[in-house]
Amino acid sequence: MTAHITDNAASFPHRRLLGIEGLQPSEILTLLDLADQAVEVSRQIEKKKAVLRGRTQINLFFEASTRTQSSFELAGKRLGADVMNMSVASSSVKKGETLVDTAATLNAMHPDLLVVRHHAAGAVRLLADKVSCSVVNAGDGAHEHPTQALLDALTMRRHKGKIAGLTVAICGDIRHSRVARSNFLLLNALGARLRVISPPTLLPAAVDRLGVDVFTDMRTGLKDADIVMMLRLQRERMNGSFVPSVREYFRYWGLDAEKLSYAKEDALVMHPGPMNRGVEIGPEIADGPRSLIREQVEMGVAVRMAVLEALAAHLPNK
Amino acid sequence: MSGDANAANGAPVVLSNARIVDPARDLDAKGTVIIADGVIQAAGPDADGKAAPAGAEVIDCADKVVAPGLIDMRVFVGEPGAEHRETLRSASKAASVGGVTTLITMPDTDPVIDEPALVDYVLRRAHDTAIVRVHPAAALTKGLEGAEVTEIGLLKEAGAVAFTDGRHSIANTRVMQRLMTYANHFDALIMHHPQDVNLSEGGVMNMGETASRLGLMGIPVEAEIIMLERDLRLAAMTGGKYHAAQISCGESAEIVRAAKARGHRVTAGISINHLTLNENDIGPYRTFFKMSPPLKLEEDRRAMVEALRDGAIDVIVSSHDPQDVETKRHPFPEAADGAIGLETLLPAALRLVHSEYVPLITVLRAMTSRPAELLGLETGTLKPGAPADVILFDPDMPWVLSKEDIVSRSKNSPFEDARFQGKVLRTLVAGRTVHPYSVRPA
Repeated sequence: MTAHITDNAASFPHRRLLGIEGLQPSEILTLLDLADQAVEVSRQIEKKKAVLRGRTQINLFFEASTRTQSSFELAGKRLGADVMNMSVASSSVKKGETLVDTAATLNAMHPDLLVVRHHAAGAVRLLADKVSCSVVNAGDGAHEHPTQALLDALTMRRHKGKIAGLTVAICGDIRHSRVARSNFLLLNALGARLRVISPPTLLPAAVDRLGVDVFTDMRTGLKDADIVMMLRLQRERMNGSFVPSVREYFRYWGLDAEKLSYAKEDALVMHPGPMNRGVEIGPEIADGPRSLIREQVEMGVAVRMAVLEALAAHLPNK
Repeated sequence: MSGDANAANGAPVVLSNARIVDPARDLDAKGTVIIADGVIQAAGPDADGKAAPAGAEVIDCADKVVAPGLIDMRVFVGEPGAEHRETLRSASKAASVGGVTTLITMPDTDPVIDEPALVDYVLRRAHDTAIVRVHPAAALTKGLEGAEVTEIGLLKEAGAVAFTDGRHSIANTRVMQRLMTYANHFDALIMHHPQDVNLSEGGVMNMGETASRLGLMGIPVEAEIIMLERDLRLAAMTGGKYHAAQISCGESAEIVRAAKARGHRVTAGISINHLTLNENDIGPYRTFFKMSPPLKLEEDRRAMVEALRDGAIDVIVSSHDPQDVETKRHPFPEAADGAIGLETLLPAALRLVHSEYVPLITVLRAMTSRPAELLGLETGTLKPGAPADVILFDPDMPWVLSKEDIVSRSKNSPFEDARFQGKVLRTLVAGRTVHPYSVRPA
């Protein structure tokens, strides 16, 4: 079985994953198939594989993230890699060395895999261009978060059978969301119908040019949706007042049972986490039977195992 | 190297068989230029038969172009305060290579050029070290803080040719209104960077589809339009002499056209970057294309070329802004704005001639006679009696800008590896050759 997975991994022709942009639909499906197998591995008693034995994986996080970082850490360890976590407070970086200097320093340590999150769009690419190892983007500013989009797609596919033809409504702070951008690219590539629902102040400019139908009213936008994906209202990122208050936001854009009733009867609810109950999602929905939010966490580990394994297939063996 | 010795002595120079383009006299004709005593003696077809002065170096131009040296109204230098990026000397050397014979330096230095002694300092340093002419623009408000007006009268007496807050916009409308009223008494030229401070806050590129795809926060074109409209209202109200330092979108050109039609004393400039590049050049987060105002859409760029053609835009500047790895080698949102441009100003501007069919005389006017008129300089023309700031250039010579060839101390050129058609062969300031032969010891 191990050999079979590795064959699949080798058919993924990239040595870095900086975004969904640039991936062919077949390559996305390869990763999802690999991830399905990784789910099986993770559900066994013996979870450990050896494909990354002897490899060094560094998780370099310029922005704190318990969830994504631990997910990548677990994925690396289950594949047998030595994993090191580095959290770099952005203030100390600003004072001292540039990102490019940091890249050169890290490169000298000979890592095989670098998992990077940064608060600035494009930063992971800048860093990736200066190192010789494989690089995974774990989120760069409001640009991309490819493994999140992959885990979302994996979760949807396991419940709905396929992505093509699904109506997916992504709701909330689209403007600041890398999750939304990666999902636009991935779900469009696989043939889903995409909608965004957001207060007008939280929509990016020219959003209608990004391959989505745009709504500002939840009830209209949720009509007949198969998947309702809620985004965190990222209050810490906002330097302006985009919405007047949490209670007004929840009233008009928070997901409650009444609004969800406009979606299909078997519609499922997702959220990349961490959730703000009572802000973008009501607790009865977040913890209710139609919520896939816990399962997304499990799929996250599987998808990251798949990605690390696929990239590792291109690492030099000598 | 007799040419070198002659030039040092200010020996006469005769440029024969030249295509002479002198926008101030609407002249584009074959002829001869005679230079002696640092002054234009004759320039035009009528000089063809005249005898060369004794000891003159006679250059057969073989139909290449002779034009007035360029006047660049927007140049940032690092002196004082950031000499590692650019000094007056290094900027002047870059200028000489690009055919720029007069620099208007911006007051955004450390310290800010906001008092007469500092204007004097810049002039003295330039006199001692620079190989082209340098005229400082002084700050409009103390410390560039947008609050208190500077000593416009005394600064002007000290040698400041214009008043600007450089990269900064003056957000407070009442401050702007007062200083335009006050500056009017001294007939001082106000050059303003029109960008609404609140609308542009946090933005790092032009707002729109590209910014949204890249996940970068956008600056709407309205940030420029709103500020420009405000400024032009104030110019109408106060009668002040107002120059929009850089405009970058089609609607801004319309607004300037309308204000000019109403007879207000308003003019507009544009950087060569906004005439020849667009936001797509940013590609995968290339920080050398990050500038203020941000690069716009191709349709805006085309509108700006039309505005240059019809005279809505008066002046082309390099907006030369030296930045080093410490300020540019960052993720796009965190990198500094600005690009160098002295060396590529003319070659890039010739793209407008070659590819967009803008007449050569129109392009040169925006870098010679128009800035001279706005600033009250006697240069920028080949009229007999004018100082002999003269360039000889081949408008067709193909070349590629490689990083190693950049003369400026900073290398942040958006034209690195770009192909150009047209190159400066010789630059004279006050009759002395400063390029390709440097008169002063290095």
